[in-house]
Amino acid sequence: MHRLFQFKGGVVLKEHKKDSTATPVQPAKLPPTLILPLKQHIGTPAEPVVAVGDKVLKGQLIARAGDTICAPLHAPSSGTVLAIADHPVPHASGMSAPCIIIKTDGEERWRPRERNVFNFAELSAQELRGIIRDAGIVGLGGAGFPAAVKLDPGGRPVDTLILNGAECEPYITCDEMLLREHALEVLAGLLMMRHALNAKHCIIGIENNKPEAFRALDEEIRNSGADVEVVEVPTIYPTGSEKQLIQVLTGKEVPAGGLPIDIGIVCHNVGTAYAVYRAVEFDQPLISRYVTIAGSVAHARNLEVLIGTPLGNLIEECGGNRRSLRRIIVGGPMMGTAMHSDAVPVVKATNCVLVESTMHDVPLPSRDEYTMPCIRCGNCADACPVNLLPQQMYWYARARDFDKIQDYNLFDCIECGCCDYVCPSQIPLVGYYRYAKSEIWNQEAEKRLADLARERHQFREFRLEREKKERAERHKKKRSAVAKGGSDDKKAAIQAAMERVRAKKSEQDNVPKNTDDLTPAQQKQVNDADQRRREQSREEKIRESPSESKAKITQDRP
Amino acid sequence: MTLQTPPSPHIHSGMRISGMMLRVIAALIPAIICYTWFFGWGLIINSVIAILTAVASEALMLKLRKRPLKPFLGDGSAVLSGMLLAFCIPPLAPWWITVLGVAFALIIGKHLYGGLGYNPFNPAMVGYVMLLISFPLEMTSWMPPLILEQLEIGFIDTLGMIFFSHFPYGLSIDALSSATPLDAMKTDLGLSNTVSEIIESNALFGDFAGTGWEWVGNWLLLGGMYLIYKRVISWQIPLALISTLFVISAFFFLMDPDTYPSPLFHIFGGATILAAFFIATDPVSASTTPKGRIVYGIGIGIIIYVIRAWGSYPDAVAFAVLLMNMAAPTIDYYTQPRVYGHVRGKD
Repeated sequence: MHRLFQFKGGVVLKEHKKDSTATPVQPAKLPPTLILPLKQHIGTPAEPVVAVGDKVLKGQLIARAGDTICAPLHAPSSGTVLAIADHPVPHASGMSAPCIIIKTDGEERWRPRERNVFNFAELSAQELRGIIRDAGIVGLGGAGFPAAVKLDPGGRPVDTLILNGAECEPYITCDEMLLREHALEVLAGLLMMRHALNAKHCIIGIENNKPEAFRALDEEIRNSGADVEVVEVPTIYPTGSEKQLIQVLTGKEVPAGGLPIDIGIVCHNVGTAYAVYRAVEFDQPLISRYVTIAGSVAHARNLEVLIGTPLGNLIEECGGNRRSLRRIIVGGPMMGTAMHSDAVPVVKATNCVLVESTMHDVPLPSRDEYTMPCIRCGNCADACPVNLLPQQMYWYARARDFDKIQDYNLFDCIECGCCDYVCPSQIPLVGYYRYAKSEIWNQEAEKRLADLARERHQFREFRLEREKKERAERHKKKRSAVAKGGSDDKKAAIQAAMERVRAKKSEQDNVPKNTDDLTPAQQKQVNDADQRRREQSREEKIRESPSESKAKITQDRP
Repeated sequence: MTLQTPPSPHIHSGMRISGMMLRVIAALIPAIICYTWFFGWGLIINSVIAILTAVASEALMLKLRKRPLKPFLGDGSAVLSGMLLAFCIPPLAPWWITVLGVAFALIIGKHLYGGLGYNPFNPAMVGYVMLLISFPLEMTSWMPPLILEQLEIGFIDTLGMIFFSHFPYGLSIDALSSATPLDAMKTDLGLSNTVSEIIESNALFGDFAGTGWEWVGNWLLLGGMYLIYKRVISWQIPLALISTLFVISAFFFLMDPDTYPSPLFHIFGGATILAAFFIATDPVSASTTPKGRIVYGIGIGIIIYVIRAWGSYPDAVAFAVLLMNMAAPTIDYYTQPRVYGHVRGKD
């Protein structure tokens, strides 16, 4: 028996998982158009490599990864590129983003197989990561982080690879169905991941409300003799959250602000393992996934859905009425996002489409419209799996005291919604935390800009100062050179020039001058003239001298 | 078609403040019935007066503060405050005592501080202390426990006493009133009697804490257990309070059993159980962190014992609770739990 640990808090939720696990998974109908957002993952958007009007084959690369933290896109079906334009994407804001829109031709013609691999163990970890990266695989549990990046420990040792099959949110059953139907493939994918990471141990964690999935995996592990442990964990929300599952299975905590790899653990979703298997074994990129469609639909079920299928098509296929929709939640009821339109497509990380209708059956038990004041009951703190004090954070978010709220570790909040779920005052607590986080991010972005501006300004001041100093330095050098009368060779040159002048003079002296034979009267005239000239030059010198001394004073100034 | 796009989570447990308050009220009811069995209709009549006053005061203040009536009157918090205060008032106290106390509790103790969720002090205790200080005679005239075996005092008789000070059988209030066991113990200890002498000489003291009172305490304890089971209150405050009082009183009792009554007397006599499960656990004015609640409970336990043993009041629950209310924000600040992934002492 694997020793289990507990995380603090959490809530027990009604599961609502029976409806969608009654029928086997089938492929969803091929929609007339597929909408493929260029950014379906955490990181930079992919760059299109097709043009409008191009014919594409199923599995063909249509957008490449330009960056390390990015994932390429492949055509989920054959057809024609209709447009590369903005289209609503699954995002809380209801925003539009660049998408490649493909008109399907119904032929489902695959691109030719590019690669044959029969034994992944012969591949290097680097090659394996390359295949996973080229297949456009991202974390299928919901976050959508490029899987190849997470499979690169960067030289750090990996003790345990955890495969997350907990699936703790109500309604969602896509991982459970995948395990029930493809346990062997998931196991194979896990071993490939282990190879890429060179991990010592492998644990698959499954909540104990999915005995069929557990049995299927257990059987495959026993048949194959793989050194993998499958462990049933208690059904307490949010066990499926990465940090909480790590805590339950290993008793370790991921350091604040760190990653699981910091404690030698890597965690992947079971769906990701399946996608890895398909990519390595069959050279199939990630173009489809299991999606649960549940809530106000006639036939709640799981479908194998092509990435890019609009939600509305899925809802109709499962017997939902598109005209009486009240809410469409992508993801689970605790952490999912309510959509602004049913035209948004399924993306790689979409695990569930939860529908609420205005017409029939039971609506989701939502918060009251009217929010009461916080009565400090502390139920939120008891429920928090991270051990935060949600009500204190709520007070500071309301007061917009963003320094104080960070003292209460706002950024450790995983937004699981437990506090909100148990709050007797029905306060939308998670909404407040998201608001505070985005405000802090905005402030930090502004601060960065201001810092940059200040840095630039300071550099300019520094540069001006430096230039001034350099100028002064140059002047000083020049002056000192003049004062010293130059260097020795200069002196020598002067000496030589003087010699030349003297020689010339003596030469001239030897030549008879017109003043040689003068009468005494003429001699006197010459002497007088000389005298006058001398006096004149002395007067000039006296006149010049004050200005000279003045100039000296100014030069002494720095 | 406009889709609704509220923030997650999209489901809720359905827990409301009114649900919590209703459960607390339900937990009080067995004790109220037991109390009525021993001491007559007074508590029920006082409770009705208190509830009506509480709702009227709440409505008036909401109106003045321009707050919606429906959600706040429906939350049950005013009704509960009224009932808790009624529980602390002698059963034959004149009606205006109850009205004054409850109105003060809600208007001054609750709404002038900002209403539900904002009052730093427990409103019922604010009202109680005001009454105790202003009307000490009325507030200490309790009924002798076995009086109902001697006299037939019906519902109408009780109404007459509470509203018109009309006493049956030509009796006066003095004949119908007695001290509480805690009060009697304190007075007699002051006359240098030993604890065992006092208990033997007076039928007031019952089996271990006080005739009638100990049974009310038992039912309150049961109600409190139900509240912990239903997670309306947390276990830390009651456990910390009662065990602290037990440890201190046992220490002094073992040192000198003639001067210091037994731990059981302290726990089941007076308002200890009521305080531990129903008063100190008022979420608004108590500590909220798990460790903070323990510190808060210990603090109340210590203050109760100190005032009972060496202070001038026989019971001290209200003062202890109000004093610790003042300390709650500071306690919360210094007892923050270690967050996942953080190392204690480092940030």
